[in-house]
Amino acid sequence: MTDLLYSETEDDLRAAVRSLLADRADAQTLLGRIETGAPYVPGLWKSLAGDMGAAGLLVPEKLGGQGASHREAAVVLEELGRAVTPAPYLTSAVVATETLLALDTEGEPVAELLAGLASGRTVAVLALPLSTAPGTERGLATAPREHGVDIGSGAPETREGGGSGRPGTVTGVADALAADVFLVPRADGLYAVPAGDAVVVPQTPLDLTRPLAAVTTDGAVGTLLADAETAGAAIRRGLLSGAGLLASEQLGLAEWCLEETVRHTRQRYQFNRPVGSFQALKHRMAQLWLEIVNARAAARAAADALATGSPEAPLTVAVAQAYCSKVAVHAAEECVQLHGGIGMTWEHPAHLALKRAKSDQVALGSAGRHQDAIAALVDLPAPA
Amino acid sequence: MTDAAELRTRTQRLLAEHPPATTAREDFLRARFDAGLAWVHYPVGLGGLDAPRSLQAVVDAELAAAGAPDNDPRRIGIGLGMAAPTLLAYGSDEVKQRFLKPLWVGEEVWCQLFSEPGAGSDLAALATRAVRDGDTWVVNGQKVWTSSAHVARWAILIARTDPDLPKHRGITYFVCDMTDPGVEVRPLRQITGEAEFNEVFLTDVRIPDAHRLGEAGDGWRVAQTTLMNERVSIGGARIPREGGMIGPVAKTWRERPDLRTHDLHRRLLDLWVDSEVARLTGERLRQQLVAGQPGPEGSAMKLGFARLNQAISGLEVELLGDEGLLYGDWTMRRPELVDFTGRDAGYRYLRSKGNSIEGGTTEVLLNIVAERVLGLPPEPRNDKDVAWKDLAR
Repeated sequence: MTDLLYSETEDDLRAAVRSLLADRADAQTLLGRIETGAPYVPGLWKSLAGDMGAAGLLVPEKLGGQGASHREAAVVLEELGRAVTPAPYLTSAVVATETLLALDTEGEPVAELLAGLASGRTVAVLALPLSTAPGTERGLATAPREHGVDIGSGAPETREGGGSGRPGTVTGVADALAADVFLVPRADGLYAVPAGDAVVVPQTPLDLTRPLAAVTTDGAVGTLLADAETAGAAIRRGLLSGAGLLASEQLGLAEWCLEETVRHTRQRYQFNRPVGSFQALKHRMAQLWLEIVNARAAARAAADALATGSPEAPLTVAVAQAYCSKVAVHAAEECVQLHGGIGMTWEHPAHLALKRAKSDQVALGSAGRHQDAIAALVDLPAPA
Repeated sequence: MTDAAELRTRTQRLLAEHPPATTAREDFLRARFDAGLAWVHYPVGLGGLDAPRSLQAVVDAELAAAGAPDNDPRRIGIGLGMAAPTLLAYGSDEVKQRFLKPLWVGEEVWCQLFSEPGAGSDLAALATRAVRDGDTWVVNGQKVWTSSAHVARWAILIARTDPDLPKHRGITYFVCDMTDPGVEVRPLRQITGEAEFNEVFLTDVRIPDAHRLGEAGDGWRVAQTTLMNERVSIGGARIPREGGMIGPVAKTWRERPDLRTHDLHRRLLDLWVDSEVARLTGERLRQQLVAGQPGPEGSAMKLGFARLNQAISGLEVELLGDEGLLYGDWTMRRPELVDFTGRDAGYRYLRSKGNSIEGGTTEVLLNIVAERVLGLPPEPRNDKDVAWKDLAR
């Protein structure tokens, strides 16, 4: 039976992460860093991933992790979403980690990588565009060999008219700047390529708290981790977990937006009364609250389905993404609007939430792509 | 302390002494009430055993497994959900002894005389007057949107007893005899063609003072008990996927490829997702209640349910095309039960318009969420300290 509540352990974990982020990565700290090209707060990853063990939540204890589950990782992401923290958690501790966990974890290179990831010492990033939806990376095993180098089908040059025009270059790779290792899908399988052997060119992202870069690995040999078939299934699992837990990030972000908006409209006086007393504003905030109540149920359901390995996980994840991505954007847009002029300033962090929410809407598949998945899963086909 | 094992034993004893197969339905229900297994959280002697409310499920499961009859809770929902908790909280011993058993067994149906033509969302502005005459009260006025009034034996009634006080303070709560010659019930035809509800005209209706619940003038507070329970009773049950209004639409979509368009497909998927998420929210709320962590999420359910029902049934009429232009039957009927999902798409479309009005309008519920859950300041008011008789109307 699906458990949609939070356990005491999860509440404790939340409190610890929230306190760490409030202490080390508040909005002013982020605003001071995001334009430096190095938005990651120094030392924060070590505290979160290593000291608190958050990076190893999904990894079994025998592989060096915490042996927890997606439910706990989801709570960490709720907090990272609330604080719009730049940290390679979703990319490394969820997507890359889940991908590796679906490979032969007895094998030397995979086990070693996982131990590094679980401890937070190593950051690994899957070399696919952030926008890749679970299931759309199909064709991986049959991607053509170009210029003697195997490339993944998610790479831009396989799409007509897209990308950098350079073979073996993948654009829009999130947290590439923080990566020690890239997991690179090629036609004959999944490779681990040290970041030092790759060319990483930063791009200017809409969301400055989640840096993007173009990653070129065609000059690097790398270590083969799995054959194409195993790799395809593993990447699907990694992306599915990422999409499912992204819903929790979106939930946390939406909650912060509503809380800040309520706080602001209670204190802001115009027409000799708090603007939050106007029904026109109140109803909008109450409406957001309703959406957040729903988003919490959807996000918890996705985390629980992933944690329990439910056969319904693909549907539950698609439902959570189709719902939560629009709630986060709605909350952030309302946050900007109901703050009035101050919501448009660089000084106020509302724009950080808006940019993250809007990017998250595209990340790991837009709502429309997830709806397409739902249509297929529950037999509601499009017109012929 | 009564625990689950003890309740199972008591339930099995009831079943042994009154085998459902050979016992008349009402006899069985009366015996169940007397055994304290009607609502286990009620006091001993009033159908309960002072047991935790969550243990009712143990009794219900045993009885269902044995094929025992139930008290048809849908038919007597107002009695069970609204009148009973108020009678329990405010009734005298005599009142509780007299009313609770026939209410629970279903021998006496209850209705609710609250809303008036001039007092809907602003219920506290109600104008029905009750004037004291010795040991009785004489009531005059008009109530509206009363479901079950035409089959009810008793009503819970709020009336104004002191027009000189501000509106919330001059109200008193009564039990009203629906067979009093001064009670006239007329069907109220609604946009579906049916008359689920009634108008109730009260002319010199006499109510003994013994049927007053709570102190004279304290009726608003008593009514809060009733209304709180109304919101709890809406949207509590567990439903399967596609269990709500989305079900028939999804079925039509699957069976009728000729009706599919791209625009309808996108909108259908939007609503399917919203329905599934609403189902999960209901399930989460249920888990919170079971875990003893009730939250304010119940009001989210009611609001979401109204919006979804309206959007889905609207889509369904469009999807059906030529058939959507037709309507089953405009004959005025007086159904005994409220039916949101029965009949055809046109009916569902029209009936669901009431979902955002009945049980608190969406606008009022959003205010309640904003003020009580989010802590936003209230709108400035000019009606709180004014005598009821001086209010604009």
